[in-house]
Amino acid sequence: MEQDLKQLAADMLDLAEKQGADGAEVIIADGETFSVQVRLSAVERLTKAREKRLGLRVFVGQRSASASTSDFSREALRGLVSDTCTMAAAVAEDDMSGLPPGDLMAGDLPDLDLYDPTRLSTEAQIELARQAEGSALAADARITNSEGAEFDSSSGMVLLGNTRGFLGEYRSSHFSVSVSPIASAPDSTGMQRDYWYAVQRRFSRLESPESVGREAARRAVRRLGARKLSTRRAPVIFDPETAGSLLGNLCSAISGHALYKGASFLIGRLGTRLAPEFVTIYDDGRRPGGLGSRPFDGEGLPTRKTTVVDSGVLTSYLLDTYSGRKLGMPSTGNASRAVGESPSAGPTNFYLVPGTVAPEEMIRSVRGGLYVTELIGFGVNMVTGDYSRGAAGQWIENGELAYPVEEITIAGNLKQMLADIEMVGTDLEFRGRIASPTIKIGEMMIAGN
Amino acid sequence: MPRGAPLLGCKGSAILHETIRGKPSQMSTDQTTDLARFGVSELEIRRTLGKVKVRDVDYADLYFESCVSESVSMEEGIVKRAGKSVSQGVGVRATAGEKTGFAYSDELTRRDLEIAADTARYIANSPRGDESVPAPRRVRTTRDLYPVETSMTEIATRERVELLDRIDAEARRYDPRIKNVLASFNTEHKVVVVATSDGLLIGDVQPLSRLQVTCIAEEGGNRQIGTFGGGGRIGFAFYQEQDRYLRYAREAARQAILNLSAVDAPAGVMPVVLAGGWPGILLHEAIGHGLEADFNRRKTSAFTNLMGRRVASEVCTIVDDGTLPFRRGSLNMDDEGTPTSRTVLIERGVLRGYLTDRLNARLMGIPLTGSGRRESFQSIPLPRMTNTFMLAGESDPQEIIRSVKRGLYAVSFGGGQVDITNGKFVFSASEAYLIEDGAVTRPVKGATLIGNGPEILTKVSMVGHDLKLDEGIGTCGKEGQTVPVGVGLPTIRVDEITVGGTRG
Repeated sequence: MEQDLKQLAADMLDLAEKQGADGAEVIIADGETFSVQVRLSAVERLTKAREKRLGLRVFVGQRSASASTSDFSREALRGLVSDTCTMAAAVAEDDMSGLPPGDLMAGDLPDLDLYDPTRLSTEAQIELARQAEGSALAADARITNSEGAEFDSSSGMVLLGNTRGFLGEYRSSHFSVSVSPIASAPDSTGMQRDYWYAVQRRFSRLESPESVGREAARRAVRRLGARKLSTRRAPVIFDPETAGSLLGNLCSAISGHALYKGASFLIGRLGTRLAPEFVTIYDDGRRPGGLGSRPFDGEGLPTRKTTVVDSGVLTSYLLDTYSGRKLGMPSTGNASRAVGESPSAGPTNFYLVPGTVAPEEMIRSVRGGLYVTELIGFGVNMVTGDYSRGAAGQWIENGELAYPVEEITIAGNLKQMLADIEMVGTDLEFRGRIASPTIKIGEMMIAGN
Repeated sequence: MPRGAPLLGCKGSAILHETIRGKPSQMSTDQTTDLARFGVSELEIRRTLGKVKVRDVDYADLYFESCVSESVSMEEGIVKRAGKSVSQGVGVRATAGEKTGFAYSDELTRRDLEIAADTARYIANSPRGDESVPAPRRVRTTRDLYPVETSMTEIATRERVELLDRIDAEARRYDPRIKNVLASFNTEHKVVVVATSDGLLIGDVQPLSRLQVTCIAEEGGNRQIGTFGGGGRIGFAFYQEQDRYLRYAREAARQAILNLSAVDAPAGVMPVVLAGGWPGILLHEAIGHGLEADFNRRKTSAFTNLMGRRVASEVCTIVDDGTLPFRRGSLNMDDEGTPTSRTVLIERGVLRGYLTDRLNARLMGIPLTGSGRRESFQSIPLPRMTNTFMLAGESDPQEIIRSVKRGLYAVSFGGGQVDITNGKFVFSASEAYLIEDGAVTRPVKGATLIGNGPEILTKVSMVGHDLKLDEGIGTCGKEGQTVPVGVGLPTIRVDEITVGGTRG
């Protein structure tokens, strides 16, 4: 089967060259997903899916185009090759376009522990989702309803080949559980919902559904009785989830594609100080079992560990071959791509190195301030760094969490926010491709009543 | 991967107004139930449905879809990239009580259909069996809202490239401070066929396209962005009518240049005047999602138990209308084969209706509104919005602005998001001005506005006579599925809303 796909990839590359392409690259992604949702302990939805897709990128001189299809019939694939070559001929020449140099392609592919062959039965998955939701419902009498719990398992393989002689593949898998309970209480108006989840490449490493359920319940219940705040400036502590979203904003700003287009607030900041000395950020594409790990990137270049921010100084952008050429730098092995689209540059496992302050200690350091647990909306301007988002969390008074707050916004500018990081927590956990410990920012504008 | 926090978002950006011209014709083609395209016969459909619709299954359907999407994009003055994606497949669904079994396959062989059918019926815990379902009745959609003379698939890449080249020139001509122009043109040609266990066999051909322009302006180290675009279920000629595409370029450039002189936005509660058109995203976030039937059946919406109650001021009447010709959010039928309709959500301030799909309408015992939509054959139908807007009122827009002593005038927005359960929603202004002593003065930087859904519309005190629909680039996300939507609004005054600026 894999042998067949390798042959198919080679045939496609051949065909592209015969149709006049000077270079070509093919990606095949094949995967299946099984997802179970339960609500109030009854099965609500079962979804089973099998997907296979082939993507092709061709270069005709310095012109390029890409295409993809789910139709693997001979005639459809032939059509795909000729359509892609025709499209390429219609776009402009671009001096910087092209495949990465052959000698830089990934050689030996390390086993990064990305694949677990465990197959769970339908009944087992239903039971795991039930346990997660059940433990949320049992955790507190104020959990009165639920948007349900979900257990997903998926596995797949990616194969990438190009006319520079590269042909690589890897398998990967995911197991995840999530719960979304709803809390209400007679003495507070309205309901509150929150959410918790776990995701791992290996089933055996997945947190127990019970602990995920309990945490989801704790997060929902603590929001009951939330108030608004009056408008003020105050220190803001971001919990690991919301701090991760700030790191995500940083990723977008240092992506080579945003930079060469002039669409980032960090243009020209390489080598300069962004944050205090205790801030160090890595992007590690080869972290064993990592949710963003892969042996080669979206162009077949080897992934690696890159120091992005070294003791507060911006030391690297995230680059693929194209954006690297535009900026006069080599690729950092961060090509990310959807099958059938040209590569972009994005994070692998992107994380802030834990600091020395326990989260509790951080809260104790604040007389009056905000502990943010949820951010909503899209109010981040990547070109200017201007930041304004809806927030919910807890108000801190004299070093303790005093009461929940909601319907407020926090605003500032990402450049200033990075510079104003006062503390980095000890509590780093990987729950996705981007991970952060708790962080404290000196002061932000909070808008409310 | 996990679904992510269950917040619902909507993105896009558009300002200005212009009703789409052209009349829908009554012409219809039989192409709409062209099963041959999928290589499947009526007999096979009936056999598959019979396998799914076993004893305890209330309802089953098959959704066949074939979609060709094409895109070209430009940056730094040249069209560098072109792309095309072809997908085809079938989604097989069975519902039993509150349960849904769903499977999909991108291959359409008889064996694939059978595997999908086995998964879908597993939900009902029923033994394998063949139940007789009625022979399919071929039905045509009652409307033809988007007849397009030339399919986008016939528009050569070269023509698309020329369009983008002219956009670049127009934006740069607007002002020398425009340093980069990013533009993309995306088209989609979708053919769907729905076959149900009650014997309905119906199809639709759904064109969709979108042209978007982003400009980056720079002056003395100050760099700003402006975005504009439009589209709909329309043909290529739409963009050329009255040089509409060039207007998109100028608007994006104008916004970027304007932002060069923007001052910090204010922070705190204040009156806000929303301009017509895309600011209607307020309705989409504040009330639209909260009125989708699934959340109300589960009693997880902040609007649960508010039917028939006052949730807005008397001047507010809000509808969701999927029957507007050529609009991005419109459909001849929803993705369960139900004709779309105009649903009154709020009538003179009183909550009147939910948006339903088949499953939730049946479980709640309420009418079908033609709101069962899905992103593709790979996802299940959910109750969703189409085009959501507030009907025009009687106030003069200028009068509305003059009525505000100190506040904000918001003309254009990026995206918005809502937490269904506590009703808190946000939407982020990308073009806004201060109102000082009844006059629009300085432009301010973007800021997020936050409010409470069931409360915010009670604070609408004036509604203008100038209803405008958006330009046609909105996309709404729910449970990981995105679908095209439209919004609309006349100029309105909201007496109090929290503005998330940086200036106290």
